[in-house]
Amino acid sequence: FIRFVVLINYPLYIRSVPTQGELKFHYTVHTSLDVVEEKISGVGKALADQRELYLGLLYPTEDYKVYGYVTNSKVKFVIVVDSSNTSLRDNEIRSMFRKLHNSFTDVMCNPFYNPGDPIQSKAFDSIVSTMMVQAC
Amino acid sequence: MESLTLSDVEQKYYSELFLSCDVDNTKKVASNGKVLDLFRAAQLSNEVVHQITELCGATRLGHFGRSQFYIALKLIALAQSGLALRVESLNSVRDLPLPRFVMGKNEQETRHAVMFADTENQGSYFPRHPGRVQAKKVSAHEMIQPCVPTVDPQPDTTSPVVSPHQSPPTSPHAWRKHKRQASGGNVDRQPSVPGVVWPPFREAQPVTGDGMWSAHSPPPVQESWVSFTDTPPSSTLPMHPPSAQPESTTVRTVPSAMTTNEIQRQISGYDDPWKITDEQRQYYINQFKTIQADLTGLIPGSAAKEFFTKSKLPILELSHIWELSDFDKDGALTLDEFCAAFHLVVARKNGYDLPEKLPESLMPKLIDLDDSAGVPEPAPEVGFSASPVEVTPNKSPSMPSLNQNWSELNQSNEQWETFSERSSSSQTLTQFDSNIAPADPDTAIVHPVPIRMTPSKIHMQEMELKRTGSDHTHPTSPLMAKPPELSDETKLAATIKFPGTTVGDGYSSSDSFTSDQEPISSAVNRQRSHSGTSPEGLKVVAPPPPPPRPHASHSRSSSLDMNRNFAAVPAGPQQPGVVAFPPAVPPRPLPTQTSVPHGHRSVEGDGLPAHTSTSPHQMPEQPNFADFSQFQAFAVDQPADDGENASDSGQAERCAETTGTMKTAKNDVQSEERNATTVNSTKVSTPLAPPPKPVRRRLKSEDELRPDVEDLPQKSNIIATVLATQPSIPRSIGKDKKAIQASIRRNKETNTVLARLNSELQQQLKDLLEERISLEVQLEQLRPFSHL
Repeated sequence: FIRFVVLINYPLYIRSVPTQGELKFHYTVHTSLDVVEEKISGVGKALADQRELYLGLLYPTEDYKVYGYVTNSKVKFVIVVDSSNTSLRDNEIRSMFRKLHNSFTDVMCNPFYNPGDPIQSKAFDSIVSTMMVQAC
Repeated sequence: MESLTLSDVEQKYYSELFLSCDVDNTKKVASNGKVLDLFRAAQLSNEVVHQITELCGATRLGHFGRSQFYIALKLIALAQSGLALRVESLNSVRDLPLPRFVMGKNEQETRHAVMFADTENQGSYFPRHPGRVQAKKVSAHEMIQPCVPTVDPQPDTTSPVVSPHQSPPTSPHAWRKHKRQASGGNVDRQPSVPGVVWPPFREAQPVTGDGMWSAHSPPPVQESWVSFTDTPPSSTLPMHPPSAQPESTTVRTVPSAMTTNEIQRQISGYDDPWKITDEQRQYYINQFKTIQADLTGLIPGSAAKEFFTKSKLPILELSHIWELSDFDKDGALTLDEFCAAFHLVVARKNGYDLPEKLPESLMPKLIDLDDSAGVPEPAPEVGFSASPVEVTPNKSPSMPSLNQNWSELNQSNEQWETFSERSSSSQTLTQFDSNIAPADPDTAIVHPVPIRMTPSKIHMQEMELKRTGSDHTHPTSPLMAKPPELSDETKLAATIKFPGTTVGDGYSSSDSFTSDQEPISSAVNRQRSHSGTSPEGLKVVAPPPPPPRPHASHSRSSSLDMNRNFAAVPAGPQQPGVVAFPPAVPPRPLPTQTSVPHGHRSVEGDGLPAHTSTSPHQMPEQPNFADFSQFQAFAVDQPADDGENASDSGQAERCAETTGTMKTAKNDVQSEERNATTVNSTKVSTPLAPPPKPVRRRLKSEDELRPDVEDLPQKSNIIATVLATQPSIPRSIGKDKKAIQASIRRNKETNTVLARLNSELQQQLKDLLEERISLEVQLEQLRPFSHL
């Protein structure tokens, strides 16, 4: 499974492949935010931390990896993937984040989109769908 | 009433009209008021209207049932055609044009569909085929339907709507006025269009009655919107007429007559439902000007947002429209993008669903029709079908992939060019110094199919290259895949490659070779260096290009031909001797080889059988080599120069020269060869020289690489075969050009092969000489002892 979340401290966009069991992921994403903040406020690291965490959230029961990405405008992208899905390498995750970022930029360019609104762009959705298909 | 037989078209049309009149939604009865309005819109005199009403039985019934309505419509058509109103004629008249209704002024005003109501369009509407009319009517009708409901809920919004609309007003007004006038001119037409098209912009339509206006402004606007977008893909027009443009039928449904017109117009405009008609386009352009005076400029996102927000579409939809229309994703709209966005808004207003992808016809053009949207249009965009020429939906093979197509096309073009360039470059290579280099490319290009073999060979080479994943260093195939700029280089490189390939020593000359190629291009030189790294050709006789060097064959063959040949036979050396040569000497070369060396070969033939002694063998080979090279060069040139027959003699000269050079040390030979070739090349414009040189090199390198004497026999065999089969092709100057060229090619191939053989043999000779020298030295050392 895989899950994409775009948020600015509150979710702007959430998309999961298996649409069930989302609560668990909500919680995971929320906790991962703390880690993200921690990293952002860190030393003058490049804000675009593509790979944020391989969380120790590898509970025996729930093993999944959470990746984070922050843009210069503090927009955070979070991807949660199943640990059993070992086919996803770091590079792939990075490319996914890049695509997400590009799509998000396109959405931002739309004058009809108010930053802070939930993202309802079909183009964005299609790109996320494509990535989900690739990942799963 | 009499039974009424209606054609399908009529049936549809009438049902539309009926529905439009059926404001009460009873589906059975058309309200009198509406019907009468409709009839009046038919521009018939009142008496006629009364008469029709009577005839259809409405007077009796007191209302217009469906059948009455239909009859009435038919009678109207009759009346409009100037025929007597007779019940009997209802069914007897065939091919009766559909009744035409002209909206009343008020209606028109309220229902303006913006742009579309040009006189010309109107004019064109009428002669529409009834079928089309039907289609339009249907769409119009449908359009109307959605509009109608909107009318009601919006009266309150009219005022607020009106105010903001003040701004764009001028053009819409102008439109409307124009339209009205136009409509005045066309009785049949429904000028409707003007005006309302753009609800937001409608603003103050002073013309329209205030009451109506207020009540209708939004709705009419919407109607017009509706009419705007006739052709949405989801259009309800079953019969959407294939004709594009102004198909709009003359039929205009009454209530929404205007919209109908517009819709129809729209519909007609769209073969492709998303095409923009001229009117629309003009309207859009005018709107654009209100925001941004400079047609070549951009509308910033915020301004566009305000503008489109007036359309009262949901923000989400507007956002989607923006995503579709902002093609270059720059947050601003060029004229084309603006028109596309506007168009989509209109479509949406009219009830059509927004597409998921930008329709082809809305794609920003590379070359803007108005020359105004040039700005950031992505290069490969397909032209709009919109304006003046609606059509050509086939313009863009696939819009979404425009860019790709374009790039593909470019690539293909380039590939083609590379093709020719390759051939030319190969030719130049063969000539080494052929200063023709500059000219060659031209000539090469001139010959799209440089060498008959080449296409296949190049193909094969390409395949090989692709297989090997060659990068741009690979001459042939990689070229194709590469960006155009590299293609040239690669081509040259390819050709150059073989000289520089592999054999270290053999390729020292590659430098000089590259220098020779200077005229060709610096890229070539670069390529040379690359090729230097691809000795595979030499090493691996096997046709399949070794991974590093895609063109094993190519590198081998000094000429493109050779490469191709080799590529063609990547699979396996056709002959042992051939194998020794640049990978996979294709069958072609063999025959050519055999054919080529005829005259010159005779000498070689003598020496060939006797491979035991390298020197004698080499001697004959050398002349052959020279010949071959010349032939080869000749063959290579073939594509470039059809009339290169004269090069035969040149080749002979070169052969002589090359042979002389061959005898010296490898490097020397090579240099001499080069010189010889240069000399030759000077003589012969075609790049004959290069091929021999590379061939020589290859041979030499082969020698170095495979210092197997066995090669010699093989080579000799090859040479023998070549010689044997070599007819006096080079002499066939007077014959068919093609035959000549073919023979030239073959000769060239033969040359190449022989050159390689020659080089190998030379190498062996050198080795043997060295051995001999060492032995003699030892002997000397021993002798004094013996004396003692």
